[in-house]
Amino acid sequence: MKKNNIKILAIESSCDETAAAVVEDGRKVLSNIISSQIDLHTIYGGVVPEIASRKHIENINFVIRDALKEANVTFDDIDAVAVTYGPGLVGALLVGVGEAKALAYGLKKPLIGVHHIKGHVFANLIEHENLMPPFVCLIVSGGHTEIAIVKDYNDFEIVATTRDDAAGEAFDKVARSVGLGYPGGPKIDKAAKLGNPFAIEFPKARVNDSKYDFSFSGVKSAVLNYQNKANMTGEKINVNDLAASFQRAVVEVLVEHTVTVAKDYNIKNVAMAGGVASNTALRSLMEEKCSEEGLKLHFPSPVYCTDNAAMIGVAAYYEYLNGNFKDLTLNAVPNLEL
Amino acid sequence: MKILGIESAALVASVAIIDENVTIAEYTTNFKKTHSETLLPMLDEIVKITGISLSELSAIAVSGGPGSFTGLRIGAASAKGLGLSLDLPLIHVPTLDAMALNIYSSDALIVPIMDARRNQVYTGIYKNDTKLEVKVPSMAVSVDELFEILKETDAKEKAGRAIFLGDGVPVFREYIDKNLEISHDFAPANLNRQRASNIAMLGMEMLKSGNIISADDMRPEYLRKSQAERERDVDKTDADL
Repeated sequence: MKKNNIKILAIESSCDETAAAVVEDGRKVLSNIISSQIDLHTIYGGVVPEIASRKHIENINFVIRDALKEANVTFDDIDAVAVTYGPGLVGALLVGVGEAKALAYGLKKPLIGVHHIKGHVFANLIEHENLMPPFVCLIVSGGHTEIAIVKDYNDFEIVATTRDDAAGEAFDKVARSVGLGYPGGPKIDKAAKLGNPFAIEFPKARVNDSKYDFSFSGVKSAVLNYQNKANMTGEKINVNDLAASFQRAVVEVLVEHTVTVAKDYNIKNVAMAGGVASNTALRSLMEEKCSEEGLKLHFPSPVYCTDNAAMIGVAAYYEYLNGNFKDLTLNAVPNLEL
Repeated sequence: MKILGIESAALVASVAIIDENVTIAEYTTNFKKTHSETLLPMLDEIVKITGISLSELSAIAVSGGPGSFTGLRIGAASAKGLGLSLDLPLIHVPTLDAMALNIYSSDALIVPIMDARRNQVYTGIYKNDTKLEVKVPSMAVSVDELFEILKETDAKEKAGRAIFLGDGVPVFREYIDKNLEISHDFAPANLNRQRASNIAMLGMEMLKSGNIISADDMRPEYLRKSQAERERDVDKTDADL
């Protein structure tokens, strides 16, 4: 099997983005098409799984055609078809998985199943040519909050996880509660820039019995309590201050734990992945702490932070090199573990 | 002219390849295993056994709904992916129309009923003496509403008899026996569920009359909005009042 000029057609449909990409040799993104449904879900204040699934099935062939066209390739040039098969919304995943399997079967090309979070981690490789394992990666999104040690391309160890909500989920809930709307992450980020992060002291997102794990339910409840109390006493809330203070309580712990892991495991390269990795406060504090500790920080551009198929094509390349292919029984696994 | 039929609208998973006037292969299962894991392996099995190459196909007919939202999408994604990779047109076959083909050479009204939950059935009313006639196209209604429509149709068609089939039968059989005044029967086990050869056969007719759709444009017909949309519609109506 050839090892160079491997072109992978990758498909991602785990949540509310229908995406397809063509990636060469795990680093070179030839195309990266994303059809976002965010406007459809905004009126519901969050992703509605059934609506997402319906949109995926309507969009998917067009997105794939666009990815081929933009990459200037045809199906003949493709070496393998890759797809996110979990974790994610089961109905949404099933569209991508069903489509990818049928494509691979129709084209007689190998099929590769990719873990969505692995994709997010590997998104870092797209723009950082010199980044290679081992590195520590903080994964923060609406569904995930984890610190992974990437020992090798196909060898991950999760050393920290959240005990309750994901960080992005906490952002969404707080944003909704204070009337900033959906999606919460960018809205809070924006409001926080106008506020004082030290105005209100919220509990930190850590747990007592673990050095690395996270918990966001405490800080989330504290924000909601603060708001309820203010409502009862008729006190006016400064939303910008609240957003900034909440964001600080979350971001400080994310950074602190990531840096601790890197130091404890003596790893010099740190990366960030997932939608929340584009949060500006998180980026600047992580940069500050990493440079203090002599660590090299990497993070993807925003387009590779949110859900996309290019990152799936990158991760798939290493499965391809390992000969790790799936057969036609591949199913969507909504709670797929790393 | 070979046509592939794909059926995964409900608990049945079924694939078939037919040629003019002959079913070359059909593989049907009806048990609890996700269609995502079974549908394409079943297709691969009949392809291997018959030695037919996918490139010999003229079109892909897919059970287009109504049915289980997820089941419909698994069938649609499979058909769309095959259509895209093999550059084949798709034929969107109404699930209930194809079910009605299970009964042939009868002057009775054919009434496929699929359990649609929330006390409704997906149903339609058909005749198939020599050629399938759609008397009432696919709809989502309560069984009582179906009885009303069935009575009207029966009066018009002077059929005097109805044959029920589908996975709604075990759910509503007793109720139908107790409350339906029209003389009726229930199709036997070998004729009471979906099958892909019906999809392919109806697909063949539709193909001949030019009733095709591109793999890109094909989307299931759910007959129902998502729950979130329904609730939002209710809220909006409340607000309007």
